[in-house]
Formats: sequence, C-alpha cells, structure tokens
Amino acid sequence: MNTKLILSTVAAMTLSSVAAQADTLRLLTWGGYAPEDVIAKFEAETGHTVEVTKSNNEEMIAKLRATNGGGFDLAQPSQDRIAGPQAEFGIYKPLDMSKIDTSLFIPSMLEATKGNTTVDGEVYAVPHVWGTSGLVVNTAQAGDVKDYTDLCNDSVAGKVSYRLKRPTLIGFAYSMGLDPFAAYGDEAAYKDILDQVEAKLVECKSNVKTYWDGGDELKNLLRSGEVVASMAWDTGGWQLNDDNADITFVAPESGALGWIDTFALPARGRSDDVAYAWINFVMQPEVAAMITSAAGNFTASQGGDANVDDALKAKYQASFPQEAIDNIKWYPSVPAGLEALEGAALDRINAAN
Amino acid sequence: MSDRSKLTFWLLLAPLLIWLLTLIILPHVGMFLVSLREKVGVREYETGFANYAVFFNEPLYWNTFARTAYMSIAATLLTLLIGFPIAYYIAKLTRGRSKTTLFLMCLIPFWVSELVRTFGWMILLRETGVFSNLLQYVGLASGPVEMLYNDAAIMTGLVYTSMLFMVVPLVTTLDSLDDSLIEAGYDLGASGFAILREIVIPHAMPGIVSGCIVVFMLSLGNYLTPILLGGKDSLWFTGLIYSQFITRFNWELGSAFGFLLLGLSSLIVFVGLKLSRQSLGKTMAQ
Repeated sequence: MNTKLILSTVAAMTLSSVAAQADTLRLLTWGGYAPEDVIAKFEAETGHTVEVTKSNNEEMIAKLRATNGGGFDLAQPSQDRIAGPQAEFGIYKPLDMSKIDTSLFIPSMLEATKGNTTVDGEVYAVPHVWGTSGLVVNTAQAGDVKDYTDLCNDSVAGKVSYRLKRPTLIGFAYSMGLDPFAAYGDEAAYKDILDQVEAKLVECKSNVKTYWDGGDELKNLLRSGEVVASMAWDTGGWQLNDDNADITFVAPESGALGWIDTFALPARGRSDDVAYAWINFVMQPEVAAMITSAAGNFTASQGGDANVDDALKAKYQASFPQEAIDNIKWYPSVPAGLEALEGAALDRINAAN
Repeated sequence: MSDRSKLTFWLLLAPLLIWLLTLIILPHVGMFLVSLREKVGVREYETGFANYAVFFNEPLYWNTFARTAYMSIAATLLTLLIGFPIAYYIAKLTRGRSKTTLFLMCLIPFWVSELVRTFGWMILLRETGVFSNLLQYVGLASGPVEMLYNDAAIMTGLVYTSMLFMVVPLVTTLDSLDDSLIEAGYDLGASGFAILREIVIPHAMPGIVSGCIVVFMLSLGNYLTPILLGGKDSLWFTGLIYSQFITRFNWELGSAFGFLLLGLSSLIVFVGLKLSRQSLGKTMAQ
C-alpha cells in the first residue's frame, strides 16, 4: 500500500516536472511582431506560453539596463542598438548559433546583422523584421516633397511634422550631402555634421506644425489633413494609403534609412531554449508571412515574402523601385556615447525660437 | 511611558517607517549616488558634481526649469482665481443635496484617467477639432483655427487637471467659517469687498496655501499634459528628465536633474510660505 503510494507520488512528480518544462517566454518586442494567431500556433505546437511586452528601442534598453538584463527572455532591439549598449551596460548574452536554424534566414541579411552585432568575437543578434524610414507625403498637396530638406519648403509651411529623434538628424544630414555614418567613428567630424544639421533644423522649425511622438499621433495628423508631409516609417505610409490614396510612403532621393530589428537574448533571461524555439518558429516562411501581414514590414525569413498578400507587395514596389532599394542607407552600429552628442543637439533645436 | 505602550507606539509607527525607508529614502539615496557618478568613458566613472555643473553651465537646462516654474506658478494662480468662487459658492451658498451634486461634478472628470482627459482636450482644440469647426459654423472664423500646440493649451490642461485639488481644501476651510461673522460684517456696514478681504480670505488662508502647494507641485511634476498639448517650443523639465533617462541612456544627468527639481521646487514652496506668512505646520493642521 505504502510503496504504491510512494510510486504514484513519484510518478505524479515526474509528470509535473515534464509539465514544468513547458516554460513561459517573456518577449520584449514591437507592436505587430508577435500577433495573436502566431502566439496561439506556437503555444499549440510547443506547449510553452508567451507573454508579450510591447516597447521601442530606447525603452527596451532602459528596461533591460534597470534590471541588468533580467525580466525578459528575448528582446528585439534594432541591430544598431546591440554593440554599443552591450559594451556599455552588458545587458545581452551571446547567441549559441548552433541552436538557430540559419537556413531559415536570408543569408546576406544574416551575415550583415551578425557582423554588426559581434562584440569580442561573440554574436549577439540575428535579424527578424526590416524596413525603412523616409517620407510620408500627401502627394496631391505636397507633390514637390522628394527629399528630407524639401520639408523646409515654403509650399508646405506649417503643415510638416517629424520626430525630434536621431533618424531626423541622420536623414537631414544625408539630404544635405553629408555622410554621417562614415563619421560615426570620428567624434569631431560627427560633431561638425551635427552642428550643420542643427542649424538647418532650427531654420526649418517655423515650417513644423508639431514634433510627433507616437505613430498614431502622426497618422491622425496626416489623415485629418493638418499635416501634408512628414518623416515616418514605410508601413505608416502604406497603412494610410488604404484610407486615402493620395497619402503614401516616398523613398527620399538621398536614400531611405534602413533598419533591421533583431532577436537578442537578455543577459539574465531564464528560458533560452524557449527563446531559440521561438526564433526558429517565427522564421519559418509561412509564420513570417503572418507577421508581415500584421506588422506591415517584411522579414529576414528566406521565402517569407512569397505568401504575403499582393496589395502590400504592390505598395512596396511602388515606393521602392530598384534604384531606391540600392540607395537604402542601412544603420551601422551606434558607437557608445554618440547619443549624448545627438541629445544635446536635439535639446537645442527643441529650445530654439 | 511603560514598555507596553512603547511597543504599541513602535508597532503603529512601523508601517509608516517601512514605507518611508524602502519606498522614499532608499531610492533617493540610490539616485543621489547615481547623480554623483561622472561618466568618463565606457564603463568608467568618477565621483563628483559634474552632472550638477552641467545644469548651471548650459542655459538651455535652467531656462527650461525657470519656464516650467513660472508656468506652474501661473497655473496655480489661475486655478486659485477660478477655484475660489466655485469653492465659496459650494461652501456658503448651497445646502444639502445641491451641495453634494456640485461637489460631485467637480469630481467627475477625475473618474477617467489623465491621459483620456488630455486626449479630450486634444480633440477639442485641434485644427480639425470641435472648437475650430464650431467657430467656422457660427461664422466667427473664416478658416480652420489651430488652438493646440501652444502654451495656452498647456495652461488650460494644467488648470483643468488640478482644479479639484484647489477646490477641496478651499471648501473645507470655507465650511468652517461661521456665517454669523459675515453677517456681523454687513451689520457693521462693511462692503462686500471689505468682508472678503478682512474676514473670508484670512480665514481661508490655510486652505489657499495648501491648495496652492498641491497644485504647484502637481503642475511642476506633470509630464503628460505639457508633452501632449505643448507645441514645438514647449520644453518641460520633467520631459527633460524623461529623455535623459530613456532616450539618452544618461541616468547620471537624469538623477541630478531629479534632485535639482526636488531642491528648487522645495525652495519655491518655502519662499511662497514666507511671503504669505504661513507656516507649513499651520497649513497642514487644517
């Protein structure tokens, strides 16, 4: 009797320990990158559960820094925000590439991301979703806006909006014929570029209706016609295009700015295996297509664009002819400490009259 | 005091002490230590007051603080000016049910979150918003009018957000004013203004001061309203602290700003108390 009881207890405990292997994945990501249907499919296939926290680059890093890389098992910062924060705060841990099915990735994008996120010989990130930022323009009312500096034209005075953040500085620098990415390593040269851009943005300030903070705020401004030209992400422009055919994304003449959001493991994440399972799961072409339709951006999944609906493909091709694709300026890794320089410039622009 | 009553005293005090120590004092000590770290390179720090020096050497930062402070003071005075008649009406001129109803109406906007209230103002004030369309419909404006993204919009938002915190202490103090004093004033031939100046305001002074302190601190520490309603020039000090912490990864400077905000706002309240010849103890006893 007694042995039976012990045996059944042992059996019950073994069972529950099997059940305990079904872990929770605490995912720190962007809106749209982990849609409900993808999570449901993952949970059904693996038995793990996924908890999603939506965020953005700066907040992701701030959150991980506050806990020394704890609280989450997988994060999705952009590839230029890996090496700098890692050198400074040590918030990520190296990836075990043997646990990732690299055949699922577009090889060129995988190699580029690995190269950008290697610190001391260890790879810290693999690519997931990519896209660009450029101009979202109401072509009926502001057809002459073809480049960032055109936002300062008199024809659109008072009907312009952009963010007071680093992409604006970089975009204007390129549009003014400068090369900020080449000056990343040289603080004095970068400072010089920033000074020129600052002067331009201060001069341009009277054209701006307001500096936008959130994507929804900008969409409201464009939809209501209060703003006719702005700097924004490609997906924002394509979504607005559904409501108003005049509004669309325009790749600027000086080049759209290309970003790649990645998968990176926080330093004190607890369920790495589930994180690797999630990466390998969402990079499958059919799952990647589900994410593309939710987020509006394409992924680094090999063949992931095959199942994407034709409307989105058409908008993408209209905004990006081949020469515009070749002209995309991909963000290189931001060196540690560069944000302080940019921040001071942005504050001065904000305060200028 | 016997041992037993001493124990009771400490047990009753314990929750307050734990609260103060773990949630207020310890985090502040930690923040203060962070604010003393000077960054000299990647993962290299020295101890010193350089972060505080940044505030005083860069005109942008103390200009922003000064702007935040005087706009908060203006918002406080405006709230007092609007709140006082309301409070007087509720406390002295209404009775019973209508008193409760009026009081409740002051409270109703606070049943929704500050974010929703601020978005409400955005819908009203924007170029394609309610006020703009109304003006055009009535014929007072020929084209769309932009009322959002300026300092007046911030002021409207701040006054609206803090009205309750002015009205409640005022109603409480005015309630305690004996009506016969006002009647006596009239009997002796005083004008309405003289009664207000000699009887009502002196009696309500503790309520006015405590209301002002709360409203001033709330406005100074407000983040949402200035960010959402303000325009492209409208820097607010709390916004600066946020951007140092979150977008610039510069916790050291952000902590220093936090302490400067604490110190300077306490100084302004202290000066305000001295000028109105009130003491904090008297105000809080009300």
